[in-house]
Amino acid sequence: MTQPYIRFDKVTKAYGDFTVVEDLYLDIAKGEFVSLLGPSGSGKTTLLMMLAGFEPPTRGAVIVDEKRIDQLPPHRRNMGVVFQSYALFPHMTVAANVAFPLEMRGVPKADRKQLVDRALDMVQLGAMADRKPSQLSGGQQQRVALARALVFEPAVVLMDEPLGALDKQLREQMQLDIRDLHKRLGLTIIFVTHDQSEALTMSDRIAVFNKGRIEQIGTPNEIYDHPTTRFVADFIGETNLLDGTIETSDASGLTLSLPGGKRIRVAAGSNEAAGKTVTVSLRPEKIRLGADAGPSSSSGNSIPATILDSVYHGDHLRMVLDAEGTRLIAKADRRFGDLQPGSKAVASFDPADCWLVRS
Amino acid sequence: MSMLRVLKIVFAVAAMTFLLAPLVAILPLAFTSSVFLNYPVPSYSTRWFAELFTADVWRRAIINSLVIGLGVTVLATVLGTLAALGLRERRLPFSGVLRTAFLLPMVVPAVVLGVGMQLLFVRMGLANSYLGVIFAHTVIAVPFVFVNVAAALQGVDTRVERAAASLGASPITTFRRVTLPLAIPGIVSGAVFAFATSLDEVVLTLFVAGPNQRTLARQMFSTIRENISPAIASAAFLFIVGTILAALVVALVRWKSAQRRMA
Ligand SMILES: Nc1ncnc2c1ncn2[C@@H]1O[C@H](COP(=O)(O)OP(=O)(O)OP(=O)(O)O)[C@@H](O)[C@H]1O
Ligand SMILES: [Mg+2]
Repeated sequence: MTQPYIRFDKVTKAYGDFTVVEDLYLDIAKGEFVSLLGPSGSGKTTLLMMLAGFEPPTRGAVIVDEKRIDQLPPHRRNMGVVFQSYALFPHMTVAANVAFPLEMRGVPKADRKQLVDRALDMVQLGAMADRKPSQLSGGQQQRVALARALVFEPAVVLMDEPLGALDKQLREQMQLDIRDLHKRLGLTIIFVTHDQSEALTMSDRIAVFNKGRIEQIGTPNEIYDHPTTRFVADFIGETNLLDGTIETSDASGLTLSLPGGKRIRVAAGSNEAAGKTVTVSLRPEKIRLGADAGPSSSSGNSIPATILDSVYHGDHLRMVLDAEGTRLIAKADRRFGDLQPGSKAVASFDPADCWLVRS
Repeated sequence: MSMLRVLKIVFAVAAMTFLLAPLVAILPLAFTSSVFLNYPVPSYSTRWFAELFTADVWRRAIINSLVIGLGVTVLATVLGTLAALGLRERRLPFSGVLRTAFLLPMVVPAVVLGVGMQLLFVRMGLANSYLGVIFAHTVIAVPFVFVNVAAALQGVDTRVERAAASLGASPITTFRRVTLPLAIPGIVSGAVFAFATSLDEVVLTLFVAGPNQRTLARQMFSTIRENISPAIASAAFLFIVGTILAALVVALVRWKSAQRRMA
């Protein structure tokens, strides 16, 4: 990464002796789309509020464009903020809400109207311009908040779960629109979401938060395929976490002994010592189910399994297996629809898909 | 109809009668043609209203009440609003103590306040002056403004003000464009209460006002002891009409602001 545009340098935020964000480092490049993902109360909103200037950090520095901005009041930071609670002006119409930031910047009235119309069209609310926020649904209010934060084309846009109240179709539409706007205007966007698939599809990088710290930050691909900790593996997508003891390790990886006695090969951790207990993450979609071990059995792992449960999910079946004492979740193709609970199958997976995670 | 329901209605009627009977009793006397303040009313006339507006003591009392009332309204509304705004800041130390201090004049007996003020005002040269009376009334009117504005501000989401700031509004602009419009109903109610408080204040007025600052309430008080004239009833009638008008103003502002939020 080139010179970071936004930098959190060892930032701590505490309320009394309750630490909400702890020793946090985060660099964001200009034009980057970074998602903050994490459980409720992990400090995501707090981070945004520190960047927007509403909460001073207890320790550490927030740097934008190579300048510390601690002393800069919120109204001079030129950041568009979409608040988690929408925070629309209840006494102004939708159009007046969206025009507000333009008015503050002294945009002439005629241009204002045009920009407001365009912003409202983008969020498909052109027809609601004269309504008051209280006359809109939650999703509509959310879109007004979005239009208001984007209409003045700020360099940085902070969004706190901006699409949470929208239905799936509209959400996907808005995701595309935001992505598009991000590319077209070169916006730097920090985007808080609870929806991991949203984070995976939209972001350049994802920061996974846990208890006021960033557990891992990386591209969606890195986060999903190479989680470094048990928490990240478990939080992003569904995964099987297998605890086992290292039997042997060699240049190509290690052999792990699962609690049920079954041995599996893992194509990682070749420098780990034998006898150590480690955790492996194995994504459900990496598990193949078949009547036998299948063609790649010689190099791979295969465990005879009994199907405990099978749930229809439309495009796939979610299977719960008992693989010689290890409980596994597998995503199976629909042609396995005839595998009823109680029937036998062989679960096979590649050593390369077993990923070592720290606990 | 259940027994409980009947009891409730009986109790409600009794309570209303208790509250309203004195008003109903005095009102017809405002229109009596007799020189005595008692029933029966021989015939109806508006002579006591005429007396109110022509007799020098009454006319001056009405003007005094209006002048002092307006002064108190302005002063108390500004002070009470500022206090409510200041105490909204959550980082303020001792805010609980300050809040109580602002509400104290509501519970401190007026006689106690009156004695204190008289001693103080004499030293400060404010005794027997309009300013003194306005200050005295303001002290007991501020809590009403404070309570009303604080309640209105409670309803203003701080996140909405933060949103304004993030969109580029300076603190002053945020206040003018967001906080103030949302708090206006509370401020207006507070102002009306302040005016009403000043209008019917007697005890403090007795202590701090000189003969030149006789207010309507004060004039009624002395009239009823000296010569019981039906002009008192007429003055009371004016009071009631004024109060109803004030209540209407409050209701109208509340209704309009609700309307504004709705459509
Ligand atoms: N003013 C405050 N005083 C004390 N604690 C606070 C304050 N504001 C936030 N917190 C605490 O800080 C923690 C982090 O809050 P934050 O709002 O940043 O979480 P979040 O990650 O945005 O959660 P969510 O996903 O639910 O929005 C929470 O435990 C919250 O209770
Ligand atoms: Mg939050």
